Amino acid sequence: MSRKTIKVNYLARVEGEGALNVTVRDGQVRNAELRIFEPPRFFEGLLRGRDYSEAPDVTARICGICPVAYQMSSVNAMENALGIDVDGPLRALRRLLYCGEWIESHALHIYMLHAPDFLGYAGAVDMAKDYPDIVKRGLALKKAGNAIMALVGGREIHPINVRVGGFYRTPTRKELAPLAEALKQARDDALATVRWTAGLDIPEADRDYHLVALHHPDEYPMNAGRIISSRGLDIAVEDYNQHFVESHVQRSTALHSHLREHDCYLVGPLARYSLNFDQLSPMAREAAKDAGLGATCNNPFQSIVVRSIEVLYACDEALRLIDAYQEPEQPFLAHEPKASEGFGCTEAPRGLLFHRYRLDAEGRIQEAQIVPPTSQNQPSIEADLKEMVGGWLDLPADVLRERCEQTIRNYDPCISCATHFLKLDVRHE
Amino acid sequence: MPRTDQKPRLAVWKFASCDGCQLSLLDCEDELLRVAGAVEIAYFPEATRSSIRGTYDLSLVEGSITTAHDAERIQEVRRRSRTLVTIGACATAGGIQALRNFADIDDFLSAVYAHPEYIETLSTSTPISDHVPVDFELRGCPISKSQLLEVISAFLRGRRPVTPAHSVCLDCKLKGNVCVTVAHGTPCLGPVTHAGCDALCPSYNRGCYGCYGPKENPNASALSERLDQLGMNQDERLRFYRTFNAWADPFREESERHEP
Ligand code: SF4
Ligand code: SF4
Repeated sequence: MSRKTIKVNYLARVEGEGALNVTVRDGQVRNAELRIFEPPRFFEGLLRGRDYSEAPDVTARICGICPVAYQMSSVNAMENALGIDVDGPLRALRRLLYCGEWIESHALHIYMLHAPDFLGYAGAVDMAKDYPDIVKRGLALKKAGNAIMALVGGREIHPINVRVGGFYRTPTRKELAPLAEALKQARDDALATVRWTAGLDIPEADRDYHLVALHHPDEYPMNAGRIISSRGLDIAVEDYNQHFVESHVQRSTALHSHLREHDCYLVGPLARYSLNFDQLSPMAREAAKDAGLGATCNNPFQSIVVRSIEVLYACDEALRLIDAYQEPEQPFLAHEPKASEGFGCTEAPRGLLFHRYRLDAEGRIQEAQIVPPTSQNQPSIEADLKEMVGGWLDLPADVLRERCEQTIRNYDPCISCATHFLKLDVRHE
Repeated sequence: MPRTDQKPRLAVWKFASCDGCQLSLLDCEDELLRVAGAVEIAYFPEATRSSIRGTYDLSLVEGSITTAHDAERIQEVRRRSRTLVTIGACATAGGIQALRNFADIDDFLSAVYAHPEYIETLSTSTPISDHVPVDFELRGCPISKSQLLEVISAFLRGRRPVTPAHSVCLDCKLKGNVCVTVAHGTPCLGPVTHAGCDALCPSYNRGCYGCYGPKENPNASALSERLDQLGMNQDERLRFYRTFNAWADPFREESERHEP
């Protein structure tokens, strides 16, 4: 009897980016493996020899769903390397842009990728036949987030306006005003979204996660802070590699990331929320309480509610930022390249995103390291499955498969879209 | 077999890509439900877990071919598609991942992976049209939403899509933008880049970096002379042409002229 049942081959069916193998022996789950088959694109390799100023445009192309996250982590890292500190209105504008991405990405995930699971639809388009107003509300929310991206960033997917040191062009107060009007409606929609998701039929689960997120004393974390965890980690971004390590496992073209002292950990909305509840705006905290959430949340199926709270917060925060906005004197801070190393970390909608670059004296990239949230969460996804599948073994095969897909969709949109064609291979030995 | 009683079947396929171009369809918030009403979304994993097997009237293909498996899969997609439209720089020019075509793939592999032997990949990233006949190519990294809607509605009505063939420069003139090169000495690929973005970058005070790929018959060598005058050295000029459309013929050929 062999212990391993994994076959490393590409899915016979198309869209073969993800697969899941679960091995069960004597009624016990022995193994749950998520395999990601996304063909590698070698960004760390192709960044070598490029100019530091190209990093935000190049790394944006890693992901169309969260390009701003890649742009923000890369500019942070480059500014850290070159010793410049972007503050004041430029910093506020970046936060506004990031709010736009949180709103559009979370709204996409909540309404189009995740909610159909709870209501038993194949997708949002089918759901729209029975719940037209709800789907339209989701689309309107997403559109409000995209409007911020289009104005501040130039466009929704792969914004063109982000550069090391600031922006190419900064908006006037007058240009931002119409955004505020749209965001007031979006904030109402977000509040309605919190109430709606809280009312979904959410499975019970309570996982003992090691939560990891950024933390900033004055604000809910997006672009800055120290890396903290629910088990006492508290480090500067520069020290990331002393505590986290990536490994390459055969089943996945995404690397797996681990904490050196503990094994897997969780990044993303649940971690951010549970480690930073006090930094939410009063309106968001109130909505969380009304939705029945405490100051921490360990049920991965409730991540849909926590995402909704974050959308509400991001609308609220974007309105505050627009209201307080002062037009900066210069669109960006001048700087000179130098031989250096820099680190940057921000909170992508799906969680912590770490970048490190080493530059030569001309500012050419010698080495690049990028750790996306998906790599960090992959071991945790497998741990969730391993723990939870055991309780579901009596379910009919298709229900079991859907429950596994839903478990993976609790995590993030990139895995979610891969796992819309999840091939589940349950072996009884 | 015409199925006149049924809605046309739409499929969306992904190869090596960032998902941005197919996301453009979901980003058509105002039109999405109307599009979904006009077609049967028969295959679109990013949006729905249901899938209908068989043939498709319109296939939108995103991403480039980077694995042996994908090189086979695209043949199957072609066989099952009445009309096949490629969307985005990955699918039309190999995308940013085509930078490997100029390098040694083993260097890339060992820069990223501890166990390169686990990775199955081709040494090249190539556009879909290198593998199968393509009915229409929509450029951009990412594509423009309005052009995507034009392409879908054109094919549903059996006509050719109307998309411009001119350069970004002309759109700048139409918008009344001040030329960033003439006024500020900013290097700009606008003169050789395909229109479609509504001259976005110059409207934000930056030069075009060519994300819509080469326009028809571009005069890239004349532009390179200008880039030289603007103080770009040889290596910078080479990299300027080698980004998201590096493997598109005119950009590739011009970049090769600047190789050391
Ligand atoms: S062309 Fe650009 S936006 Fe489209 S899939 Fe490729 S990388 Fe993403
Ligand atoms: S890089 Fe050029 S083609 Fe792309 S958005 Fe900017 S101006 Fe348009």
